Amino acid sequence: MPSTTEKTPRRGTVQRPGDRVFAGASTGAGITILAILAGVAAFLVIEAWPALWASDEEMPDGEGLVLYVWPLLFGTLISATFALLIATPFAVAIALFISHYAPRRVAVTLGYLIDLLAAVPSIIFGLWGAAELAPLTVEPTQWLADNLGFIPLFEGPASATGRTMLVASMVLAVMILPITTAVVREAFLQTPRLHEEASLALGATRWEMIRMAVLPFGRSAIIGGAMLGLGRALGETMAVAIVLSGSAGVTFNIIGSGNPSSIAANIALRFPESSGLDINVLIASGLVLFAVTLFVNMGARAVINRRRDFSGAN
Amino acid sequence: MSTPPTNPATGPAESLDTDRLPAHEDPGPQTVTLAAVPLTRGSLPRHAARLVLLGAVGLGAALFAAGLGATWGAVLAAVAYTVVIYLWSRSVEGTRRAFDRFVTAVVSSAFLVALVPLASVVWTVVDRGLARFDTEFFSYSMRGVVGEGGGVNHAIFGTLIITALAALISVPVGMLTAIYLVEYGRGALARAITFFVDVMTGIPSIVAGLFAYALFELFYGPGVRMGFMGSVALSILMIPIVVRSTEEMLKLVPNELREASYALAVPKWRTIVKVVLPTAIAGIATGVTLAIARVIGETAPLLITVGITTSDNFDPFDGRMATLSVFSFSQYATPGIPREAYFDRAWSAALLLILIVMVLNLGARLISRLFAPKTRG
Repeated sequence: MPSTTEKTPRRGTVQRPGDRVFAGASTGAGITILAILAGVAAFLVIEAWPALWASDEEMPDGEGLVLYVWPLLFGTLISATFALLIATPFAVAIALFISHYAPRRVAVTLGYLIDLLAAVPSIIFGLWGAAELAPLTVEPTQWLADNLGFIPLFEGPASATGRTMLVASMVLAVMILPITTAVVREAFLQTPRLHEEASLALGATRWEMIRMAVLPFGRSAIIGGAMLGLGRALGETMAVAIVLSGSAGVTFNIIGSGNPSSIAANIALRFPESSGLDINVLIASGLVLFAVTLFVNMGARAVINRRRDFSGAN
Repeated sequence: MSTPPTNPATGPAESLDTDRLPAHEDPGPQTVTLAAVPLTRGSLPRHAARLVLLGAVGLGAALFAAGLGATWGAVLAAVAYTVVIYLWSRSVEGTRRAFDRFVTAVVSSAFLVALVPLASVVWTVVDRGLARFDTEFFSYSMRGVVGEGGGVNHAIFGTLIITALAALISVPVGMLTAIYLVEYGRGALARAITFFVDVMTGIPSIVAGLFAYALFELFYGPGVRMGFMGSVALSILMIPIVVRSTEEMLKLVPNELREASYALAVPKWRTIVKVVLPTAIAGIATGVTLAIARVIGETAPLLITVGITTSDNFDPFDGRMATLSVFSFSQYATPGIPREAYFDRAWSAALLLILIVMVLNLGARLISRLFAPKTRG
């Protein structure tokens, strides 16, 4: 790390104009980033302002901003939560496979394969989800509705097209898998070698070694990685916009044909045809999304950074 | 690898088997409660796992041949392997080793399951996208096209122009910020920038689009659409990626190089420009290429800032432009008649997009391999 070993120039060093310009430019660029982030928040608030103070009658559905945003926020949260529930166990298993099970020679290549998932544009996942995955789920969801209908999630009636919240969550899960896997994998690879060897030397099997040395070490990375994935899933637009035909309000039924849309998908679908106050309302809903993802991401970074401080691996 | 001690009670004939432990397995000591209990217990033959796997795959293939779906065949094969290896190992090796084999099977299947969507996505896009991968598709725009025919020439140029402008904004800002963080940054400001760059990585792409719209609406009035807005939105997404990757690369530059340069009385800024950056340039170029690959396929921010048009527009400061991703979405979401023509164009544009992204990814790997600084000689 340069910060620890680099010698700062002694006082009295000649400050050349080139130095001043360069230092100023790079500091300026850093401050620009802070300004951009503040600008994002400020401009969204300015544009959302009219919607916040408009009367209920002027709203798109005449019921007020809170009632307009709430079903969308619910749709956003429920799709992201299920995506998280599906993706996290897989991410941990894949990270373990790459870090501790796969032959070392091919592990890097396998990790690259998973990273390739992150490179696929979201529009393609959306098309794939609607055209390939959705038809495949029609029969299983019908079975779920028939046999497990007493669980509110599978209340049914099952959608005939397969374009359900379940499919949207599965697509989102595939999309957040790479980022969660990457964070967890890094932590698993940093597990102190001596801890692993010590537990093996005491006669632990590989799984016992992982349970006692690797998982406790990587626990906060698992939480942080899952939260980063959650942040991704909350803001993901096209996959939800293409898969779901968001129509119904708040419902826990994830296999029916009426599903709440998500904030991001709603903006993408309605923005091109909107004007006047509708735009302000959409931007206000975007502000809500921004606040939620900001909160989740800051939490995730705090968890991951705390691990970095106390891990003892450095 | 230690050899388990030969137990006189069990005799040499049995200990021969225990000697042949799988090469990657450590011989775990087993619980010993009585002197009469042998010190070592049996272990499965070396090729046990492979044999069971072969059997399970054979079973899956047989079920598939018998008319069951490929999915069910694979699932049943995986379950059969897990159950057989667990029970066999449990009867011979004991519960702990058996559970270890069980976890190995589960973790490996999870990895294989995760590869299914990747393979399926690529297969679907290639299969459906090839329908319209012809010369007309690349050389025509959609001007005046209803139904079949038409192409994405306008969208290809739109995507390239908007992404290039985004890179033009993000690369200088991102690189200078990374230089600040590594070479100059101390104290609260550097910590704040590091933290907020991390936070910025998580901004939803649609929010970046809304920001660009809100910014330009102040100057141009409501309903404004132009290519440059899309570039601004994309650069919000791109800057943190460039900062992060450049920062990582600059940190890898050995401090001895900087110190040697300072010792020769080279000013700090010339040290950075002439010593630090050239050393890290391969990694930085890789990072920038990956950042471009990441934003070139973005749809949502472009949908609300750039919109879509049917004809050529190569001026990013004047009106709507077409981009590949938005083109694909609009063809799929609002098909005309016949629908198949619209869907085919959507899939072909998606295939083109995925090809561009993959080429950029491979290019990034090549750059880092070809231009990496030589460590010796």
